[in-house]
Amino acid sequence: MKILVAVKRVIDYNVQVRVKEDGSGVVTENVKMSTNPPDDNAIEEAVKIKESGKATEIVAITIGEEKAQETVRKALAVGADRGILVKTNGVVEPLAVAKILKKIVEKEKPDLVFMGKQAIDDDCNQTGQMLAAILNWPQATFASKINVKEKTLEVTREVDEGLETIEVNIPSIITCDLRLNEPRYASLPNIMKAKKKPLEQIDASELGIDTKPRIEQVKVEEPPKRKAGIKVANVEELVQKLKNEAKVI
Amino acid sequence: MSREVMEYDVVIVGGGPSGLSTAIKLKQLKPEINVCLLEKASEIGAHILSGNVFETKALDELFPNWKELKAPVKTKVSEEKFLFLGKKKSISWPTWLLPKVQQNHKNYIISLANLCRWLAEQAEAIGVEIFPGFPASEILYNEDGSVKGVATQDMGLDKDGKQKDSYQPGMELHAKVTVFAEGCRGHLGKELIKKFSLDEGKSPQQYGIGFKEIWEIKEENHKEGLVMHTAGWPLDNKTYGGSFMYHAENKQVFLGYVIGLDYQNPYLSPFDEFQRFKTHTEIKKIIEGGKRISYGARALIEGGLQSLPKMYMPGALLIGCDAGTLNMPKIKGSHTAMKSGMIAAETIVEHINKNKNLSLYEENFEKSWVYEELYAARNVKPSFSWGLILGIIFTGIDQILFRGKLPFTLKHRHGDHETLKPANKMPKIEYPKPDNVITFDKTSSVYLTGTNHTENQPVHLKLKDKELPINFTLEKFDEPAQRYCPVGVYEVQTENEVKKFVINSQNCIHCKTCDIKEPSQNITWVTPEGGGGPKYGNM
Repeated sequence: MKILVAVKRVIDYNVQVRVKEDGSGVVTENVKMSTNPPDDNAIEEAVKIKESGKATEIVAITIGEEKAQETVRKALAVGADRGILVKTNGVVEPLAVAKILKKIVEKEKPDLVFMGKQAIDDDCNQTGQMLAAILNWPQATFASKINVKEKTLEVTREVDEGLETIEVNIPSIITCDLRLNEPRYASLPNIMKAKKKPLEQIDASELGIDTKPRIEQVKVEEPPKRKAGIKVANVEELVQKLKNEAKVI
Repeated sequence: MSREVMEYDVVIVGGGPSGLSTAIKLKQLKPEINVCLLEKASEIGAHILSGNVFETKALDELFPNWKELKAPVKTKVSEEKFLFLGKKKSISWPTWLLPKVQQNHKNYIISLANLCRWLAEQAEAIGVEIFPGFPASEILYNEDGSVKGVATQDMGLDKDGKQKDSYQPGMELHAKVTVFAEGCRGHLGKELIKKFSLDEGKSPQQYGIGFKEIWEIKEENHKEGLVMHTAGWPLDNKTYGGSFMYHAENKQVFLGYVIGLDYQNPYLSPFDEFQRFKTHTEIKKIIEGGKRISYGARALIEGGLQSLPKMYMPGALLIGCDAGTLNMPKIKGSHTAMKSGMIAAETIVEHINKNKNLSLYEENFEKSWVYEELYAARNVKPSFSWGLILGIIFTGIDQILFRGKLPFTLKHRHGDHETLKPANKMPKIEYPKPDNVITFDKTSSVYLTGTNHTENQPVHLKLKDKELPINFTLEKFDEPAQRYCPVGVYEVQTENEVKKFVINSQNCIHCKTCDIKEPSQNITWVTPEGGGGPKYGNM
């Protein structure tokens, strides 16, 4: 079994994101970038499946600028076998990503495609679902537990009501939740070995896909500053304020 | 338990200007040499914080074509100001009357973090193996006592030191020569200085704490290339310190404050002095209407030549501010750190090729311009122990009339942890509340550093005596850790009328001030799990 894992390079979750003065986006220059956290869970799960003998190859793929290959290298350092970088410039929306991934799936013919449930930069939560639709494959989103069976996967999903367990046929698309596992650290020797693992670079234009954004971004602005809280003396005052000032009850 | 071992010719601990310059120079001199560089930050540059007005002397030697190679050294200093601040007024000091070492017209305003990122790219391009996120946490010794190398930190331990699922043991890196370049108060450097008595016959090391904020200011207040320093208010005559304000590119100013850690009043809060300083009309008028976008702090070396330890020992070298090569009157340490690293590389190549003893480092160092600079600068900082006014008069005579050639050397008399006076003998200081426009509290400031340490890991700020903060330091000095820490790691809390000393280690920005200033030397800073700590951008 072969697993394709899609990873994305995003602004590190510890960085305080700053909006550009002209409202055209956020500052990414000299900002620490990392792998999208749930994508780390996706890689970890693939590696675990391979270690259990149920998968034979893991291919990590990312889409983005030249520097995004760091993200693939990190995936290689924790256990992926080879990497693919599809080079693009500028914003690539979920639909374009899904179309690119479809091309790669057609070429690589994986049995499973893993990725994070959503990216922490745009929070779209769309790519996995769109890819499933255009490939016409089954999908299991928000996976917090995966059990590999003969020709199916048993997947536990994090849903609003609690946990839902479903069974999907292979091939399928799985988007991973942060609760799925605890990603391992890359060790020094593995980081060095990762530098020698194959990393194929493809230009998005070679795939014949139009990655032009379909969404026009009007403006990016910071959320309004939170006002300082007040202390109320008793329940009556609280109820009264919620009713008359905040007007929420 | 046995750990995996990797062998290198040279292992360098720390990816700042000195360590990176060592790595590059080694590869330039001897391309086949194996060099590995460890860095505790999640990426090169993320733990670098510096003013910085940069003198290119060392960079010119390392990369004569640095302009072609697009080094991020662009904003030339175009104008200089020096102000003495009173509470309300200020006097502008003519720059031609400043000692020559404080004149900056040939220098550049840079982000040292970005310069380090660029140096790291150059180093990797010629084959240096750089590993960010891997702190060296332990020194390894050979049977004969010489340094064998270092071990990296175990990853995936919980707060009690037990192994989590993600546990990954550290690795041993063995080298012919290990170079320690951790920066000011490196925790391994501290161990080496003690073990090999490297500071024997030297004055106690002197430190300062430096703060830096980056502001994006209004166009009409911005003057790219302008460099301004101040002395005086809000510090009293006895406290050594001053400010810098550098107008960088993109409407940004680098605004900072340095305070000598030999201050005496335990009620003094360096952070609040810096915040208060910004309310002076001369400063406020520039940053008003702007936005603070970054914050950070780091201890720095102020001791100079008299406090500089021996920089070589069997199997290892101690360089840059891990030893203490900063030139205090010049307020610069990047060029001297880089040069100390380049000398290290030259020495190591001679050592490996011709079996020369590493003591050659001292010879090479004393022949270099770094030594010459530090020698001329040596009397400035100690003279300020007589107070600001006498310090300035003496410095004028020493630096302008004699150009640092007076035939004597003043000594530093005390370590910085020895200078605090008992709290009941010193006045309390009331600091104004932050207005959240010009001045801020520590909580909103630490947020801007992006600092984080994985939860559930061992506390990396170790107390030798857990009871001491409450039983002794609180009563005698009103526990100054509450104030000298620039991000509020240390708190004294009262719970059911019982006082408790709390360490919020996840907020730590690796400045090392607690390790330096704690009056009983009760706090030891050790490396946390790799990748932890601040995520500085262009600091």
